[in-house]
Amino acid sequence: MTRRLLQVENLRVHFPVGGGLFSGPRMLKAVDDVSFSLGPAETLGVVGESGCGKSSLGRAVLQLIPPTAGRVIWQGEDLCRLDADAMNVKRSELQLVFQDPLASLNPRMSVGAILREPLYSFEPGIARSEAEDRAASMMRRVGLRPEMMNRYPNEFSGGQCQRISIARAMISRPRLVVCDEPVSALDVSIQAQIIALLRELQAEYEVSYIFISHDLSVVRHLCHRIMVLYLGKLMEIGPKREIFDTPRHPYTQSLLSAVPIPDPRQARQREQKLIEGDLPSPLNPPSGCVFRTRCPHATPLCLKATPALESTGSEAHQVACHYWQDITRDTHTEKPTGE
Amino acid sequence: MGFLTQRRDRQLAAMQAAGRTVGRSLWQDATRRFLSNKVAVGSVIVLLLISVMAVFAPLLSPHTMEDFYWEYILVPPTLENGHWFGTDSNGRDMFVRTFYGARVSLTIGVMTTAVALVIGVTWGSVAGFFGGKIDNFMMRIVDVLYALPLLFFIIILVTVFGRNIYLVFIGIGAVEWLTMSRIVRGQTLSVKQKEYVEAARAIGLSNLVIVRRHVVPNIVGPVIVFVTLLIPTTILVESYLSFLGLGVQEPMTSWGTLISQGAANIDTGPWLLLIPGTFLAITLFCFNFIGDGLRDALDPEGR
Repeated sequence: MTRRLLQVENLRVHFPVGGGLFSGPRMLKAVDDVSFSLGPAETLGVVGESGCGKSSLGRAVLQLIPPTAGRVIWQGEDLCRLDADAMNVKRSELQLVFQDPLASLNPRMSVGAILREPLYSFEPGIARSEAEDRAASMMRRVGLRPEMMNRYPNEFSGGQCQRISIARAMISRPRLVVCDEPVSALDVSIQAQIIALLRELQAEYEVSYIFISHDLSVVRHLCHRIMVLYLGKLMEIGPKREIFDTPRHPYTQSLLSAVPIPDPRQARQREQKLIEGDLPSPLNPPSGCVFRTRCPHATPLCLKATPALESTGSEAHQVACHYWQDITRDTHTEKPTGE
Repeated sequence: MGFLTQRRDRQLAAMQAAGRTVGRSLWQDATRRFLSNKVAVGSVIVLLLISVMAVFAPLLSPHTMEDFYWEYILVPPTLENGHWFGTDSNGRDMFVRTFYGARVSLTIGVMTTAVALVIGVTWGSVAGFFGGKIDNFMMRIVDVLYALPLLFFIIILVTVFGRNIYLVFIGIGAVEWLTMSRIVRGQTLSVKQKEYVEAARAIGLSNLVIVRRHVVPNIVGPVIVFVTLLIPTTILVESYLSFLGLGVQEPMTSWGTLISQGAANIDTGPWLLLIPGTFLAITLFCFNFIGDGLRDALDPEGR
């Protein structure tokens, strides 16, 4: 765990919600006690249902929303303690790409102006000709013709807008890019192109990604490690292969069994572990283990005690469940009889 | 519409064939749509004509607005004696007075709207962008000022400072920026949710730069439309203030003053009411048509 690029420790993001004349605001725990680390040129997938705090986590790491507690250690320096000016200097290394391709580009600015803006901000005094050259080469790099520099975002397709968005994030040569569902608004064929582009850029610039998505099949293509969130809490984190092959947490198992399989014969054979019920209100999360209200294995212990994150066989694979060992044993004994 | 799109397609094809990349910004798009709106373009031309007349007619006419022609009292409009719009009950030339009134009315319309625009956009965008306590505080001030009746406010101003045309500017401007700031605040609230504002934060831009470069340009559409509606409102407010005797002072005149005098002489000289009334109505119509045209042209759905 030495020489990690990014180390997040016990990060909490709580939002005050409501609060009338006579009652104080209630706290929405968007991210609650999440720790992880990220190495250079590594991709960490963050998955979970909508409203589980994925986006809040990504923005809190970039200090775009102030974390309530915890530390975000970037190359040995706690970002939460930096003042605004010092943080703005760091921002050239920390960028993000958004979900909605069109909404992430200012409709009143030409593509060239959008791409030059980070350069002017991070390198004040840069010559206009140099900024233009770099914007043009970045456009070429993401697969757009530099002649389109003077056009406006409304003239581009969703996929092209996302390329512009990626170019804007990459032009300052960041070390970490938070990708907040960058492909979920795109067609499947375009998704594959964008993912391929992100991969190429990672190889070329040694950039790390925090890749937020609710689509496990997309995550599978791009990520080295995967983190599963539920109601702002870390459920399971581990290398991609282990998460997909031997998921330990019942929530991860049900998420994986919900991924569609293209072959109907295989799909019919698969054991479905769909979870029932709706996501509880994050304003009033269940006591103990937050997943217990929908967990098929829940016992009175889960109601009382919050499970701690435990290492499974390998150090890197950690799970927060009281019964992960029993569940694993059950699935292992079940499997031969089921087939 | 069909032939217009056809023509545009042909233009696009021609430009692409010429090897140029076609960069159509939202502004160019809006301009093209506005120019294809005949009523709006016609209104712009009529307004320009009235403005030109307002500037030059009093200079070129042999009469001045203060000259009394005792031999020509209450003469109806005629081409024979040089008083094309007739004369009023004091024997003053109505042609000069009407366009002199246009000067005052249009100046008040444009100036007070400019004041309302600057204060309203600054106030509203700051309140909307920073939100929270700042927003609450700033908008409560707006609410309090809203509760102040315009007429009451101007009567106080007039009794304290005496009758003065600048008081009318201040009085109307002080009230009209309130609505502007509410519109701007609402638009800002929706724009600041947009992801490009967050992207601007992620590249370390300061709040003021974000407001100036990313927020204000994106709320400009509704603001422009509101401006074209605000100008006629202020002209109307000025005319009823003048009608009540709180506006401009004799011998200076405005459309409102002329209309009030015309209304007093309606049985002896109906043209005294009809001529300035017609000009006022035409001007108000023009601004409203331009406002409609701009609203359609700037509507992103129409793209």
